[in-house]
Amino acid sequence: MGTYVTRRLILTLPVLAGILVITFLLTRLSGDPTDLMLPPNATDEARAAFRMVNGLDQPLWTQFIRFAGNALVGDFGASLRFGQSAMSLVLERLPATAELAAATMALALLFGIPAGVMAAVWRGTATDVSIRLVTLLGQAVPSFFLGVVGIIVFAVWLRWLPTGGRGSFGQLILPAATLAFNLVALIARVTRSCMLDVLKQDYVRTARAKGVWESKIIWFHALRNAFIPVLTVIGLQVGLLLGGVVVTETIFSWPGVGRLAIQAIYARDFPVVQAVVFVFATIFVAVNLIVDLLYAILDPRISYR
Amino acid sequence: MIIGGTKALDRLDEPATAQDDPVLQVEDLKAHLHFGAGVVRAVDGISFTIRKGETLCIVGESGCGKSMTALAIMGLLPKPAGRIVGGRAVLQGVGDLARLTTKRMREIRGRAVSMVFQEPMTSLNPVFRVGWQIEEAIRVHEKLSRAEARKRAIAMLDLVGIPSPEERYKAYPHQLSGGMRQRVMIAIALACRPKLMLADEPTTALDVTIQAQILRLLNRLKSETGASLLLITHDLGVVARMATRVCVMYAGVIVEHGDVGDIFATPLHPYTQGLLASIPASRGGGERRRLNTIPGIVPSLANLPTGCRFADRCPHAYERCRKEEPPLAEPRDSSNGNEAQKVRCWLYLDPQRAGEGTLWRNA
Repeated sequence: MGTYVTRRLILTLPVLAGILVITFLLTRLSGDPTDLMLPPNATDEARAAFRMVNGLDQPLWTQFIRFAGNALVGDFGASLRFGQSAMSLVLERLPATAELAAATMALALLFGIPAGVMAAVWRGTATDVSIRLVTLLGQAVPSFFLGVVGIIVFAVWLRWLPTGGRGSFGQLILPAATLAFNLVALIARVTRSCMLDVLKQDYVRTARAKGVWESKIIWFHALRNAFIPVLTVIGLQVGLLLGGVVVTETIFSWPGVGRLAIQAIYARDFPVVQAVVFVFATIFVAVNLIVDLLYAILDPRISYR
Repeated sequence: MIIGGTKALDRLDEPATAQDDPVLQVEDLKAHLHFGAGVVRAVDGISFTIRKGETLCIVGESGCGKSMTALAIMGLLPKPAGRIVGGRAVLQGVGDLARLTTKRMREIRGRAVSMVFQEPMTSLNPVFRVGWQIEEAIRVHEKLSRAEARKRAIAMLDLVGIPSPEERYKAYPHQLSGGMRQRVMIAIALACRPKLMLADEPTTALDVTIQAQILRLLNRLKSETGASLLLITHDLGVVARMATRVCVMYAGVIVEHGDVGDIFATPLHPYTQGLLASIPASRGGGERRRLNTIPGIVPSLANLPTGCRFADRCPHAYERCRKEEPPLAEPRDSSNGNEAQKVRCWLYLDPQRAGEGTLWRNA
């Protein structure tokens, strides 16, 4: 297991290198940074001086090596808008995003798994049909629409919850629920189909033949097996979750990394955009590594050597 | 080997039962599968008894209803299609299994009657240690501490002939061979000392040398634990080796029933004769001949013909066979003296034809 972790960590290095290349090229795609940083009426001398100071007169690969070297120690330069280090801006907002993501994942598991299990156990009944209808809706409705509807209904009409901001538990509910809805739907659908498959297996019949209670068979014997593919899907959906964070945080003025990213993009604040992309990509890689390690714990047939 | 903790089992015996009462008495049991399109009469009125320490073999080809018989007794018919629609299955000291509540049936399963399945490769839960899976079977039915249950589970692994049971206790199913997994399944089935164990083709998925080991093991455990065995198989070699008595099943009904010696020495029903003739012979002298087969296929259990179910494949069928279904009864001409042997065939039961079966059999 230890050597497997080491090997997997080494394998993430090329991925991180790829991330660096893409983040670097992001700024170059929209043209010469000089045009962006200096006022349009700047003199040619000022432009040349700016290029020399920032190393922009060097070949592209030299520039990249300097960028990568700085990035590895977390230095993406100063934000054009705030003047502060881009990385520190991201890290300041990371706890808010982590809180939202954790609440979302908790909600998604809490509702998605039981819904999927119940739909499978009561296959073909009214319960199954209604769960499938709701999950279909959940996957079809985009979160920006759901968030706005949520604000209108729960914040404006009913006045139960605040429209946005962060601090109280009430302020967490709407954004987390909005973000979780798609995920609940997806987890419920995958859980349902995996449970239907597992409940047909011979070992479920063996458990029944032993006289094990039906509820224990469903929630323990069967779900332990069905959860393994569900975990794969969750790992893959973390990317979608991070994308959803950007939209949801903006709708609910949640002071997290996602909202920072949108603001930075609008302000063409490239150091901050680069830092956000780098941090999100690293989180995605890390989560998938954790998911792979969880497999080994959940499924003894997988051995990492 | 003595295994403690049979206290819970004793409660099942409370209604005093005579020693020679059958462990299981099945009477006219009918288990049908109801589908939208129709009804599959998988078990269509079968009767048999199993006495203490006896091995009853149910033999027949695929789809004749032999597995469904076992599942019906266990209360494990496939849901929601499967249902017991008639008859009784009385387990000694428990009552009619067909009429027990779901709750009571769960208490009985694994304790008074247990089952070993055909596929050892898929019958154990892949994510749990085998020791835990045996332990669970014990703890479901008996109030034991984890440590005591663990000790019993290790003793069971030892009993079924698994070497170094303490280490194997911690193994996961995928770390064991097919034969070892089937031994674990047997350990699970016997963990609570049931009166009756059902084994549905327990050796079919195993290779030949392992088959012999498992059969020997079943015989040994049966005499050590005093359990009765209902063995389901399509392999007449297994029948010859294991059975006290034999039921030959065809298309949902028993077509012949008798002691194993009689069935092999004087098979009455044309189907039984066909089965026995289909065993590849390996006589000395290198004599080579074509393997005998029974022509035709088993009729669909959803659309059974009137009359005898075997008539279409039977070389001796006549008009009555296609019109009227024969009952399972002793032959009219029981000159061979096997009164326990019953057959469902007009050749022996029709007064006009009585004895003909014997005639052509001896010819």
